[in-house]
Amino acid sequence: MDTSVMDVQQKWQEAIFNELKKANVRQVSYVPDAGHALVIRKAQADPEIHDIALTTEEEGVAVNSGAWLGGQRSVLLMQSSGVGNCVNMFSLLRSCNFPFFTLVTMRGEYAEFNPWQGPMGKVTQQALELMGITVLRVSDPDKVGEIVNAGLASAFEAGEQVAVLLSQNLIGRKSWVRK
Amino acid sequence: MGEKIMNTVRSSSKVVERREFVAKLVKEIPEALIITSLGSPSYDVFAAGDRAKNFYLWGAMGGSTPMGLGLALAQPEKSVVVITGDGEQLMGIGSLATIGAKQPANLTIVVLDNGHYGETGMQRSHLSLGTDLVAVAKGFGIQDAYTVDDLNNIEMVAARVKARNGVSLAQVYIDTNEPVRALPSRDGVHIKNRFRAELDLQPF
Repeated sequence: MDTSVMDVQQKWQEAIFNELKKANVRQVSYVPDAGHALVIRKAQADPEIHDIALTTEEEGVAVNSGAWLGGQRSVLLMQSSGVGNCVNMFSLLRSCNFPFFTLVTMRGEYAEFNPWQGPMGKVTQQALELMGITVLRVSDPDKVGEIVNAGLASAFEAGEQVAVLLSQNLIGRKSWVRK
Repeated sequence: MGEKIMNTVRSSSKVVERREFVAKLVKEIPEALIITSLGSPSYDVFAAGDRAKNFYLWGAMGGSTPMGLGLALAQPEKSVVVITGDGEQLMGIGSLATIGAKQPANLTIVVLDNGHYGETGMQRSHLSLGTDLVAVAKGFGIQDAYTVDDLNNIEMVAARVKARNGVSLAQVYIDTNEPVRALPSRDGVHIKNRFRAELDLQPF
């Protein structure tokens, strides 16, 4: 990947972290993805944020709800495949009307090399919506900060359940051959 | 093919009566924030007396321990206790690794283990089919994991809850009896807001 592409990626990932900080998010739980790498590193380095490595994404839905019970804002970072792992746990959000915010990096939709990413990636938005979660999507690197800001406001000010999908074109083509 | 029988790894054949154990434990820890898993653990804790500091799950199977983690991190000055059952803990077994990685000093996990799925007709769970939960918990980094088979051990569990100086897991051997159901509110929004009010937090 050339330097300019890296710069653009760093910029929108920094914009995400800045919005999380501005919104006073105190817990960041995640199953890693390349598109979340910088936010995870910054969360780990921030003494005010608990970074929580999950074994499966549905744990994060419950972690977020527990954090809210205790008065902290918590967000979940995952890849589109992880949305499928969460489906029944999302019932916790609707049953109790817990505010919820997740950032989802998309696979299976743009210059995808791995066909196994397709089945979940192509229905990620519908799966979220079926479970009552409002979906926002961002494909323009310059709009990432604004959309994340809007999603955080809907979640933590209006008490909604919100997912922001980060389009695969933001992350770019995955290099499959190690040089 | 029938299920494999006699493969329990219990270290003792003694059990405690679940309602008596839970009632006595809850009485010892009046300040604790308690999350209960769906099914019998919610009934047991409610039967011990409704408290605003209780959060009763009626679903979200596998979610009680990660929910306890989020709460424990948000409220480090409070004791947080998750009271769950063996089947629910098995569904969320990976969360013990997540908890082992964070080592929340104020979190205590109590697993009421009858080795069966009580709510669905007493089918055997993995805890009576060969899994050693204490070994699993220790393997995930929860070093203070131990079994309880006697009511005299309640003080030991309560002391850990009150001390808040390390995450622990108590695997409590109970019988497969089914006490009369005691049903807490199923209104999750109400229970959530009542719980938050106890912590001086606004509704929603």
